[in-house]
Amino acid sequence: MVYKSVLLATLTLFSVSNFFAGNSHASEESEKFNPVPVIMHHISDAHEWHLFGEVTVPLPIILWTDNGLVTFMSSEFHHNDDGSHVVERNNLKFIKNHEKIYQLNEGESAAIFDEAHHVTNATKPIDISITKNVFALLFSVLIILLVFFKVASFYKKNPNKAPKGIASFMEPLIIFVRDEIALINIGEKKHRKFVPYLLTAFFFIWFNNLLGLIPWIPGGANVTGNIAVTLVLAFFTLIITNINGNKAYWGHIFWMPGAPWPVKLLLAPIELVGVLTKPFALMIRLFANITAGHIVILSLLSLIFIFKNIGMSAVSVPFALFISVLELLVAFLQAYVFTMLSALFIGTAVAEHEHH
Amino acid sequence: MDNPLVTPDLGLIVWTTLVFCILFFLLAKFAWKPILNAVNEREKSIEEALNKAEEAKIQMAELVSANEDLLKQARIERDEMLKEARVMKDKLISEAKNKANEDADRIIASARESIHHEKMAAVTELKNQVAILSVEIAEKILKEELSSTSKQEALINSVVDDIHLN
Repeated sequence: MVYKSVLLATLTLFSVSNFFAGNSHASEESEKFNPVPVIMHHISDAHEWHLFGEVTVPLPIILWTDNGLVTFMSSEFHHNDDGSHVVERNNLKFIKNHEKIYQLNEGESAAIFDEAHHVTNATKPIDISITKNVFALLFSVLIILLVFFKVASFYKKNPNKAPKGIASFMEPLIIFVRDEIALINIGEKKHRKFVPYLLTAFFFIWFNNLLGLIPWIPGGANVTGNIAVTLVLAFFTLIITNINGNKAYWGHIFWMPGAPWPVKLLLAPIELVGVLTKPFALMIRLFANITAGHIVILSLLSLIFIFKNIGMSAVSVPFALFISVLELLVAFLQAYVFTMLSALFIGTAVAEHEHH
Repeated sequence: MDNPLVTPDLGLIVWTTLVFCILFFLLAKFAWKPILNAVNEREKSIEEALNKAEEAKIQMAELVSANEDLLKQARIERDEMLKEARVMKDKLISEAKNKANEDADRIIASARESIHHEKMAAVTELKNQVAILSVEIAEKILKEELSSTSKQEALINSVVDDIHLN
C-alpha cells in the first residue's frame, strides 16, 4: 500500500512536472507561475490526452452538424486550443477553443473573438466526441466488466465453495453493499430489486475514483469529478427513486399527513423541491469531493514551480503523498456515501408507513 | 455559468448515460445475478448445514436420553428380576426346609412308632417270658413245697385256717 502510494506520488510528480515543463514555454515572459490554468486543464475534459511536453494521444472527434455526422481525429487541430487553427470537413470549418469545438458560420474563414475571448462568428455543433473522460469511462467499464465477469465465473465454476482470489476480495464488498447499504436502508422485503443498481453505482464510482488517482494514461482523467458524470448518476437515482415511489411517498410530498392544512399547502412546494435537491446534493457531493482531491494534489505539486525551487519537493511530495493516500480512502468513502444515500432515498420512497 | 467545471457537457452526459446503462445491464445479467445467487445459495446451504447440525445434536441428545431411559429400565428390570429370584430362592429354600422338616417329622414319627411297636413287642415278649419264668418258678416252688407230706399238711392247714377266718 505504502510502496504503491510512493510510486503513485512519484509518477504524479513526473507526469505533472513534464507537463509543467511543456507549458512553461508559453508563460516564460511572465515572472510568476500561475497554477490555475494548469490545474483547470488537468481536471477538465479534453479532446486529446496529454502525456508530456508536446506528446498527446489523439482522440476521435464526433460532431453532429447541419451536414450530418462529422468525424476526425483531434490531432487535426495540432494541439491548438485557442481557435486559430481551422479544420475543414464536409465543407464545414471547425475550430477548437478552450476544449470546445465551434463550427464557423458560412463564409467565415477564421474565428473572431470578443474581449473575453468568446468566439462570435461560430456555433457549437452537438459534440459527442470520445473525449479524455469518455475514453477513461470506457476503459474503467472494461476493467469493471473484466473484474466482475471473472468473479462471476468463479462462482459458476465453484458452486457452494468459499471464494478464492479476486472473488474473495470482491465478495465482502458485494455483501457489504447488499447488507449494509441496500438491506438496511430499503428493508428486507424490497431491497433485492435495487441491489444490482446500487452495486453497479458503487463499483462504477469506486473504480473511476481510483483510476482518477493514477496519474498517467489511461488513468488520471477526472471522470467522477466531472459534473456531467455525477449528474447522470444522480439522475439515475432520481428516476429510480421516483418511479418506485409508493402512495405514502407521494402523499408525504403533496399532502403531508398529520399537519394542519395551511402547513400542508406550505410544505408541498418545499417537499417537491426536496425531490430534486436530494439527487442534486448527490451530484455536487461526488463532483466536489473528487475534484477537490485532484486540485489539492496538483496545488501541492505546483508549489515547486511557484517557488521555482526543487527543494520545495521535500515538502510538496510528502504532502501530496499524504493527500493521495487520503484520496484512496475518499475514493471508497464517496462511492459508499453516494450508494448509501441513493439507497436511503429509494428506501424512503418504497417504505411502508404503518406507523401513521 | 461560464465555469467549465460546473457546466455539464452534453457529449459526456450522452456517453455516460449510454455506458452506464450498458454496464448496468451487462453486470446485472452476467455478474450480479450469478454472484448474488451463488452467495445466497451458499448462505442457504450453510444455514441448512447449521440447522442440520443442530437437529443432529438434538437427535443425539434424544438418543442419549433414550439410551439412558433404556438403561434405567433395564436396570430396574434386572433389579426386579434379582428380587424375584431372591424371593423365589427364599421360597424354594423355605419350601424345601418345610418339606425336609415334614419329612423329618414323619420319619421321626414313624421311627417313634416302630420303636414303640418294637418296645411293645419286646415288653410283651418280656411279659411272656416273665410269665413262663414265673410259671416255671411256681412249678418249681410248688414241686418243692409239695415234695413232702408234712409240708402238704401244713399247707392244707393254713388254707383251712384261712377258710376259718372267713
